[in-house]
Amino acid sequence: MAEPLLKVSGLEVHFPIRSAFLRRRVGTVRAVDGVDLEVARGETLALVGESGCGKTTTGKAILRLIDSTAGSIRFGGEEIAHHGTSALAPFRRRMQIVFQDPYASLNPRMTVGGILAAPFDIHRIGHAGDRAERISALLRTVGLPADAARRYPHEFSGGQRQRIGIARALALEPELIIGDEPVSALDVSIQAQVINLMKRLQAERGLAYIMISHNLAVVSHVADRVAVMYLGRVVETAPREQLFFHARHPYTQALLSAVPEPVPGRSRSRQVLQGDVPSPAKPPSGCHFHPRCPIAQPRCAEETPRSRIIAPNHAVACHMVSA
Amino acid sequence: MTAAATLPERTGTAAAGTPLLAVRDLTLHIPVPPHVLRAVDGVSFSLHRGETLGLVGESGSGKTLTALMLMRLLEPPLAALPQGRVMLNGLDLMMLDEARMSKLRGRAISMVFQEPMTSLNPVMTVGRQIAEPLMRHLGLSSREAASRAEEMLRLVHIPDPKRVARAYPHLLSGGMRQRAMIAIALACRPEVLVADEPTTALDVTVQAQILELLGELQREMGSAILLITHDLAVIAETAHRVAVMYAGRIVEEAPVAALFAAPRHPYTRGLLASIPKIERVPAPTLPEIPGMVPGAANRPRGCAFMPRCSRAISGCAAEPPPLAEIEPGHRAACWNPADG
Repeated sequence: MAEPLLKVSGLEVHFPIRSAFLRRRVGTVRAVDGVDLEVARGETLALVGESGCGKTTTGKAILRLIDSTAGSIRFGGEEIAHHGTSALAPFRRRMQIVFQDPYASLNPRMTVGGILAAPFDIHRIGHAGDRAERISALLRTVGLPADAARRYPHEFSGGQRQRIGIARALALEPELIIGDEPVSALDVSIQAQVINLMKRLQAERGLAYIMISHNLAVVSHVADRVAVMYLGRVVETAPREQLFFHARHPYTQALLSAVPEPVPGRSRSRQVLQGDVPSPAKPPSGCHFHPRCPIAQPRCAEETPRSRIIAPNHAVACHMVSA
Repeated sequence: MTAAATLPERTGTAAAGTPLLAVRDLTLHIPVPPHVLRAVDGVSFSLHRGETLGLVGESGSGKTLTALMLMRLLEPPLAALPQGRVMLNGLDLMMLDEARMSKLRGRAISMVFQEPMTSLNPVMTVGRQIAEPLMRHLGLSSREAASRAEEMLRLVHIPDPKRVARAYPHLLSGGMRQRAMIAIALACRPEVLVADEPTTALDVTVQAQILELLGELQREMGSAILLITHDLAVIAETAHRVAVMYAGRIVEEAPVAALFAAPRHPYTRGLLASIPKIERVPAPTLPEIPGMVPGAANRPRGCAFMPRCSRAISGCAAEPPPLAEIEPGHRAACWNPADG
């Protein structure tokens, strides 16, 4: 089998906790604690989990926006985890990001044309003469009028701004786009427009996506495969339908049962998890989920479960789940 | 079976009798020369004892302003602008001076906000913040109030209430803060609780806990809840009746089952269709509502939804449709409503 577009193994991002006095290291936040992921060309992998599970940090580490403390990131067959700025430059073109907040991720003092020209300037692509044409092509692709190039971000609605963010990510024709909650800040009726746009672009251009989201219903519409994270670790990975209808990890099951359904009278048999997600600075021993887990055994507090394949493409990290 | 008995199970239709809270023609027009922003435009609804009314709408629909107006929490210069009536037990809140209103606020009618971190006082212990309305409204001594505060924390399922009562808000997690907010709001057992996006800032597993808690407390205290949210799934799970807002107006109102099963207003239909649902085989594309919500300064003269509406007819541009009953308990503001 050909090597996947992206292969992440044993990825760790640990942040030091320093004392106020003398800045001595007094602890470690294990934001990402041994994550393995693969993304094939043209596919969508969704990374889901609650706040603090490390999904955004994982995405930023893959893009090399923050440094990992251990592990390997192979993109297109090449190890990039330790590349310096100049060696990374060609990879920066091939991987892009769309941020959650369309109000905060566009420079308010630049015109949309200027924002969309920046990637070409930075990577010295094309010449000034064909800039305007490239920019109007990008605007057309994301469904914005050509005169948008002369306007400023504040003149656009949230949904339109997210289209500008997508256009910027598309500018350099990347192979992978990481969407960090790309529709979470949008209203429902606009959310559907942006999801449809992203799916259309993927079909037309063979893009791969890593979709970082806490919204499982959105994920169920865009993902080919889903990885569920809890406190810095991936607890379950499976193809979309398998994950949503045959989840095996008790955390995935609880997460799915907590999703409210837009159908009155449904999902009354809810399994409500007790307590909050513990702090990643002081994760529980063994399986991180064991203090909240309905089926935990003494072993779970002592031994970290390894991820095991229990069905084709379906991996679960739980002592209590058998194939 | 009486309506009151069926309400907690959310099977009843609109409860009969005099409503606890009756909002009539609530309006907020903000002059911003050369425009007038019609932020809220003649909103009317009723809320009965023990009932949850879901007020749903997208950003800018006016749902939060409606809540702030009925709580009389708008700050000057906006405070002078609201029009209409808010009848709580026959008393018009809009006519009260601030001194009288502040006697009711927190006692007869309370509010829970979306962002528990910014709405809790960071320099006051959680216990003290719950005790304050008890001392102020019910005249409890500080010792009595402190012990009631602990009781409230226990009631909202906060573990180790003694310790949490002495803690400052920043030490609590988001879910715990929202529980503390609810404890403050319910301390004096208000008849009406206004909850503005109470779970939007929370993770889904914590959201499930908070929604269950609200339902439980409602059954126990019989409070009426006005639940404001953009999330139709939350409405489906918790509300008895739903009012849908669009561009400052209520466009449809119905019992929850009827609204989800047979929405009559094209906006409600579009909104329901565009929510992603977890399905075995998802549709290749999600149904969209084309275009976007018009700004409060340049709303169309007729129906504000008309430019995006697939059912628009010639009369829609002329005059905004009134919110009219199209079957018992089901109202829609549309010149060409869909079939039930």
